[in-house]
Amino acid sequence: MDIGIGHYLTVAACLFTLGIFGIFINRKNVIVILMSVELMLLAVNINLVAFSHFLGDLTGQVFALFVLTVAAAEAAIGLAIIVVYFRNRGSIAVEDINMMKG
Amino acid sequence: MPTLASLSPALPEIVLAVGAMVLLMIGVFRDDDADNGEFIGGLAIVLLVFAGALIVMQPASSASLFNDAFVVDGFARFMKLLVIIGSIGALLLSFSYLRQVGSLRFEYSVLVVLATVGMLMMVSANDLISLYIGLELQSLALYVLAAFRRDSVRSSEAGLKYFVLGALSSGMLLYGASLTYGFTGSTSFPVIASVATTTDGVLNIGLVFGLVFLLVGLAFKIAAVPFHMWSPDVYEGAPTPVTAFFASAPKMAAMAILVRVLGTAFPQAAEQWQQIIIFVAIASMLLGSFAAIGQTNIKRIMAYSSIAHIGFALVGLAANSQEGTRGVLVYLAIYLVMTLGTFACILAMRRKDEMIEDIDELSGLAQTNLPMAFVMAMLMFSLAGIPPLAGFFAKFYVFAAAVKAGLWPLAIIGVLASVVGAFYYLRIVKLIFIDDAREKFLDVERYTGIVMVLSAIFIIGFILVPGPLIEAAEAAAKSLRF
Repeated sequence: MDIGIGHYLTVAACLFTLGIFGIFINRKNVIVILMSVELMLLAVNINLVAFSHFLGDLTGQVFALFVLTVAAAEAAIGLAIIVVYFRNRGSIAVEDINMMKG
Repeated sequence: MPTLASLSPALPEIVLAVGAMVLLMIGVFRDDDADNGEFIGGLAIVLLVFAGALIVMQPASSASLFNDAFVVDGFARFMKLLVIIGSIGALLLSFSYLRQVGSLRFEYSVLVVLATVGMLMMVSANDLISLYIGLELQSLALYVLAAFRRDSVRSSEAGLKYFVLGALSSGMLLYGASLTYGFTGSTSFPVIASVATTTDGVLNIGLVFGLVFLLVGLAFKIAAVPFHMWSPDVYEGAPTPVTAFFASAPKMAAMAILVRVLGTAFPQAAEQWQQIIIFVAIASMLLGSFAAIGQTNIKRIMAYSSIAHIGFALVGLAANSQEGTRGVLVYLAIYLVMTLGTFACILAMRRKDEMIEDIDELSGLAQTNLPMAFVMAMLMFSLAGIPPLAGFFAKFYVFAAAVKAGLWPLAIIGVLASVVGAFYYLRIVKLIFIDDAREKFLDVERYTGIVMVLSAIFIIGFILVPGPLIEAAEAAAKSLRF
């Protein structure tokens, strides 16, 4: 069987959906949300690299490199905010993030 | 190989980016005395004013840089000025508050400047990559700003919520960008437009998916319904000057990039995105107007108010015409000034060591502080869109554009929503002027007062001399392709 672009896109779409569900369904821990965000970004990278390969155009791979870099910065800032939150609240359980309700 | 002189259209961004790093160095190596935060803050304001002056002095023609990834036209200059005004206003409001809560560290101003660089890049972005980089530079700085009061649970919770939902929206936007790239073979907006046009009128379904995901990501950033749920919590929890910043500058930048993406990358998909924008506009106007009625925290009220205002601005975008874009620009400019003025009033609500956020405490303000009561009432009337104040003309231009484009129902719903919204603004006016006086607030700080007075002057001045702003918006709208 030939692996075509459709296969790559399907894998990426599955990963992306998993990431979104990970953010919304997860009721336990904020770290899991951080992992889900990472999963979404990596799904996008699969998309970009697959498109780049099948289009024969390098822009997608350049884009993927930018995404990787920004994802690293984002994870760093996310973890920093989680640490600050944990110091104040003593917990990072998702159900405890409820000081403000609207 | 680009010469140094050819980079001049990006000079404001370069100055700000280099300046932010210089400020960071000065802040680190300067003796850590008590006024470090204010010193760096003052330098940051000077830097922003300088960048604003550079933008004003740029030639009127449009220029593009970096393989067309970065474009400077009339539209970009107009929006950049708004962004810079928002940043300067938010910085002016910040110092006394941060000193009071003991969080006046110099990193604050550096983060504001970095966020501003990101926003300016967004406004000038003409390519999906530069759009993404600008957006992230802005967002990453804003996440930290929301959590800037490290000792406050609410502030760090606001930062956490903003981070999670912001990261989600960036993911959506990126997924849309990847699909758009895949189905057009380019990340450059004009090329995307030209590729999509040649396909015999029928839009590729993959491209439509990409467009929808891009719109979702951007709708998160402007807090339009149904992607608004983060904004009331974040507005309430973040330190008040940071909330003022969130409500002003980033909205300008995100609306600018929304207008540019739709106008230059997807003009041929107008039929598709118009439906989405119309839905989002109606939902935002209605939710923003109705949901604020039950709120008592003034920062939450301002969050819903800004959701509603973004809905009104989107009405102009839905019209998909030059007139509509002009309406959006005028609306954003007036909204920016009203928001900064209102937040100046909110920051002036303080007694001894605590900030007041409950609207009941405004009761009888007219008897204890008449000038502030007058300015605040005027801002409320203007936000409600009551003639002849500036807020009315803002709404007038977008609705007129919608009617001209044949979107009667949209304009009618908009007017009805603004009538409902007037209720909660007028409730505040009633509290201020009719109800019994409570304990007096502390005297208004100097810079807070300056912002308040300037916004009041603008709102009245716009009635007398509307010409310059309207003409500037007209010229800016003309530089976009329609």
